[in-house]
Amino acid sequence: MLQEESDLSLIIAQIVQKLKGSNLYSQLERQAWGSWEKRILKSLNSMCTELSIPLARKRPVGEQKELLNKWNEMGTDEPDLSLFRPVYAPKDFLEVLINLRNPNYENGDSLSFRTHLGLIQVPLKVKDIPELKECFVELGLNTGQLGIDDSTQVPPELFENEHVRIGQKVLAEQDSAAAQQYIRQGSPTALRAELWALILNISSEPEDVLYYEQLKTNVIQHDLLVDSLIYKDVKLTASNDDYYFVFEDYLYQVLLCFSRDTSVLSHFAYNSASPPKSYIRGKLGLEEYAVFYPPNGVIPFHGFSMYVAPLCFLYHEPSKLYQIFREMYVRFFFRLHSISSHPSGIVSLCLLFETLLQTYLPQLFYHLREIGAQPLRISFKWMVRAFSGYLATDQLLLLWDRILGYNSLEILAVLAAAVFAFRAVNLMEVTSLAAAEAVLADLSTLKVMPLLQIFLFATVT
Amino acid sequence: MAGKVKWVTDIEKSVLINNFEKRGWVQVTENEDWNFYWMSVQTIRNVFSVETGYRLSDDQIVNHFPNHYELTRKDLMVKNIKRYRKELEKEGSPLAEKDENGKYLYLFVSQSNKEAYVISLYINNPLLIGGRKFDLRLYVLVSTYRPLRCYMYKLGFCRFCTVKYTPSTSELDNMFVHLTNVAIQKHGDDYNHIHGGKWTVSNLRLYLESTRGKEVTSKLFDEIHWIIVQSLKAVAVNASPSLTSSTANDRILKYNLINDTLNIAVPNGEIPDCKWNKSPPKEVLGNYEILYDEELAQGDGADRELRSRQGQSQGPRAGRSRDSGRAVLTTWK
Repeated sequence: MLQEESDLSLIIAQIVQKLKGSNLYSQLERQAWGSWEKRILKSLNSMCTELSIPLARKRPVGEQKELLNKWNEMGTDEPDLSLFRPVYAPKDFLEVLINLRNPNYENGDSLSFRTHLGLIQVPLKVKDIPELKECFVELGLNTGQLGIDDSTQVPPELFENEHVRIGQKVLAEQDSAAAQQYIRQGSPTALRAELWALILNISSEPEDVLYYEQLKTNVIQHDLLVDSLIYKDVKLTASNDDYYFVFEDYLYQVLLCFSRDTSVLSHFAYNSASPPKSYIRGKLGLEEYAVFYPPNGVIPFHGFSMYVAPLCFLYHEPSKLYQIFREMYVRFFFRLHSISSHPSGIVSLCLLFETLLQTYLPQLFYHLREIGAQPLRISFKWMVRAFSGYLATDQLLLLWDRILGYNSLEILAVLAAAVFAFRAVNLMEVTSLAAAEAVLADLSTLKVMPLLQIFLFATVT
Repeated sequence: MAGKVKWVTDIEKSVLINNFEKRGWVQVTENEDWNFYWMSVQTIRNVFSVETGYRLSDDQIVNHFPNHYELTRKDLMVKNIKRYRKELEKEGSPLAEKDENGKYLYLFVSQSNKEAYVISLYINNPLLIGGRKFDLRLYVLVSTYRPLRCYMYKLGFCRFCTVKYTPSTSELDNMFVHLTNVAIQKHGDDYNHIHGGKWTVSNLRLYLESTRGKEVTSKLFDEIHWIIVQSLKAVAVNASPSLTSSTANDRILKYNLINDTLNIAVPNGEIPDCKWNKSPPKEVLGNYEILYDEELAQGDGADRELRSRQGQSQGPRAGRSRDSGRAVLTTWK
């Protein structure tokens, strides 16, 4: 079994247990996450039992050799994945969020919240447009932006050339804080890989490469049930994507290692969730024999591989790609599928989205509600995936520039609202959820920065 | 402004016919008075062969240039490369340089027994993306040869091999690895029907700029454009792009391509007149951009091609659009 990991896991498990009992966790989070966690684990365990496949097993030597030879083209493998199903999909998760209620909530609180007609029923504090304008001031109409002021109609002397020059200077000085400030106006394509690495504090030291190689060895030696889930997800999503199909093999190389990386467990310290636990055979319920499963504590869901895919446009060296992805995950992406009250958590993002729509596009909001097309049902999947797979790659990267620059995921909710605003005229004419979905099915032609700018700075508030 | 444009075609493809019909053009037969004939390669050959002595009248255009049918094959390319080289020699161009043995430095032509072969140099360390080889399918429209006016469609694409590239010689037998033609790929077991392994050229550009930097990428595209223009000047053009669509997306692309093509070739949808000045306004280009406009280029002074790398960059009046990069034209050196 995974003896090496379980020592570390035990220590972490104890810490997490302690944290769980403290007042740092609101009742809401514990209850909600607890029951969701149970459901996921149940789903995983039953798949395990039905298929008679262990959660983990050591590979025979022959199989190890074979996998090592095929390491760069695992995509050509065609294992029978028909019996595997994703543990959950975003829409399942949405149902959980919809049913969240704060048990401490009294009806007398927050008058305005009582008039909230969206799906989210948790009264978290979210920003309004004036507050968002302050927060995202660099996206204003008078500030140059990549994604707007680098279009072919605009002479590069006006903004682009100078912006590139500043970017080069920031990189030369290796100033991480300056890079973060700089990237709020977007990153030039040629500088982006380095800028992201600088902001995320990733430098490829020999020990990082070694760490990755150790994870790879782990993959070769042990087979995990989640591996099949990862394969299935990549085949279902990234392999069929117009932009990302090319990088299929990289995705396996990153995700298989990722699930064995126990250093990822450390993010649970600030994540209100806790990693799912399993028990060594025969020791069910005995805490000293609990191990985290998968070792990194993250169970992939349908679409998970899309977090990695866009990064393949920037990094083609596997260990660097891996490091960048891991850091993006523990800083940002995990918030998109855990329940918490954090302003960048998915619950807050959903509420922000709904509130923006109801406040600033009330007619549209009411109309969609009337026809049974609650807007969040459509936009949820965009936000959970941080728009990966929905936007054109160059637009997605411009969006993720701003996530890094502002160290916040709120921009996802703002963009979702901006998309609805943009297509409002067509949406007002639909009469069903299916028709609304159709209007919003194709976002691949959207230009995100103009949409955001117009929504935040040019809409009458 | 006379009546509607009368069209004929011997290729039954919806991407063509829908485009003609949406312009309100009138379909006629080839025996009647027609203005626009989209011909298959066979028809072109017949129409323009020496025996028939067919001549187009002033209000007729077709979709190929007359001597162009002879250039679909590499062996015939040799003749034209030779002829072109002689012209270059006259002009004193560096492309026509010879080494101390009197052999031409550029292009690879081997002669034996009065037969000339064109050999394409096989590169065994090709650029790979995701470990795979790819080729480029670019659409170029030539509206006039003298002066040369050509346009590149911005929405060209790359086609990927389904199999990972490996340089070992045993793989040379594996057709699927080295040849990226979609028709062959379709029969490989890995062929994915949903998207046929394609990327847009702008995607390629994004990837290359992100991973290799802007200078290298701009230089690459400049060199590609330059090769195309040179090839056109040697009159080496592939006869007919495939108008068969493999996927729905592909059909849409080709429909739009034909649409933009017709807008340039038959401006304002009016009956062609060969006396026209054929430079169309910018708005009409659609997804084409000017690749090379000889008139514009020469209007600026000396011929801008073959200038050395240290030469000046292009001014705004040169026949090249902004998107193709502002670096100078490169030579084969």
